[in-house]
Amino acid sequence: MARYDRAITVFSPDGHLFQVEYALEAVRKGNAAVGVRGTDTVVLGVEKKSAAKLQDSRSVRKIVNLDNHIALACAGLKADARVLINRARIECQSHRLTVEDPVTVEYITRYIAGLQQKYTQSGGVRPFGLSTLIIGFDPYTGVPSLYQTDPSGTFSAWKANATGRNSNSIREFLEKNYKETHGQETIKLAIRALLEVVESGGKNIEVAVMTKDQGLRQLEEAEIDAIVAEIEAEKAAAEAAKKGPARDA
Amino acid sequence: MECVFGLVGNDYAIVVADTSAVHSILVHKSNEDKIMVLDSHKLVAASGEPGDRVQFTEYIQKNVALYQFRNGIPLTTAAAANFTRGELATALRKQNPYQVNVLMAGYDKEIGPSLYYIDYIATLHKVDRGAFGYGSYFCLAMMDRHYHSGMTVEEAIDLVDKCILEIRSRLVVAPPNFVIKIVDKDGAREYAWRESVKPDATA
Repeated sequence: MARYDRAITVFSPDGHLFQVEYALEAVRKGNAAVGVRGTDTVVLGVEKKSAAKLQDSRSVRKIVNLDNHIALACAGLKADARVLINRARIECQSHRLTVEDPVTVEYITRYIAGLQQKYTQSGGVRPFGLSTLIIGFDPYTGVPSLYQTDPSGTFSAWKANATGRNSNSIREFLEKNYKETHGQETIKLAIRALLEVVESGGKNIEVAVMTKDQGLRQLEEAEIDAIVAEIEAEKAAAEAAKKGPARDA
Repeated sequence: MECVFGLVGNDYAIVVADTSAVHSILVHKSNEDKIMVLDSHKLVAASGEPGDRVQFTEYIQKNVALYQFRNGIPLTTAAAANFTRGELATALRKQNPYQVNVLMAGYDKEIGPSLYYIDYIATLHKVDRGAFGYGSYFCLAMMDRHYHSGMTVEEAIDLVDKCILEIRSRLVVAPPNFVIKIVDKDGAREYAWRESVKPDATA
């Protein structure tokens, strides 16, 4: 195995590209990120490691917008992310300039995935060590979308997904609890999913909501705390309901 | 011939442009909007070679938008004007320079309204009032006579109408229609049209 994991352009005998798989490992070590699509809202949530006391947390924005109607969150190597995000932003404007139309979510996802794939098939380069979650609204039909890309360059659309640390647990939770939601319910579902693996509290998660009319809105810490409190209250009520009848019987 | 002019008030800036698209002796259309909304608080009125005008202003617009996404903060009017001048200057000594004259008006929160005169050979001036084209001979004279700092929007529009009247009466191939756009703290938007020939009368 050691002979086949040096160069990216070398397949192993059993068909693996080890560098790409190692890149996926890097993603698995990155902070958790979750995306949930509702009927009129799409939400991205990202785990925030506790900010160093002296750090200006405003300069560490994990959810960024690529255009007025598209946003991205990622898990993995943040420096690689900067490069991809920059290229995607340029492509969004370039597309507007050449065809006088904003990009669709699928187009820009395909572009980013294409970039990631290019770096799995060149000599002397390594793959981008990140998976992205891309949300947005179709500029004409107003249909919301959520897409995911990974270091191999594959992409697909999702109703809800997670990437990064403990993404399997979050995805399991989403599979069990997903239903079509809109507005505040979508935000709650995303935060509930993220709370499965993150210590609860507004300062540990960053949440951004995108709607067709208002674009991307980052939630304030106080807002997140309020929703977390709601969720905890609902959980406590559910626990009490479970225990209550059993005691009376 | 194309006429573009503008002026700055206390807390607003106004730009006016004619709306004729002309090719030799033919008027293609008389409702061509030559004032582009660059971003929420900037207007770019451009005159010159038609292909270059659209190509150049759209290029500037997309780069200004890119800056905003990259940096999370919009460009100031001064920065956008200098960027525009820089692009004109770079292209000037290359294969084919842009033949576009630009009046850029903008409103910045701390600075207030401003107007920049940028001509096709990359001259940049920050001005109170400016004009391009044959109409400039008449507009500048009218504005010099009637402009004073601290004009209200109504007074400024009155002055604009005076300028348009001069152009219509004194310029041999005067464009029939004009569009007026304004930018202030509430953003950049269309203010009014001044039409003496209704385009698409049959439509």
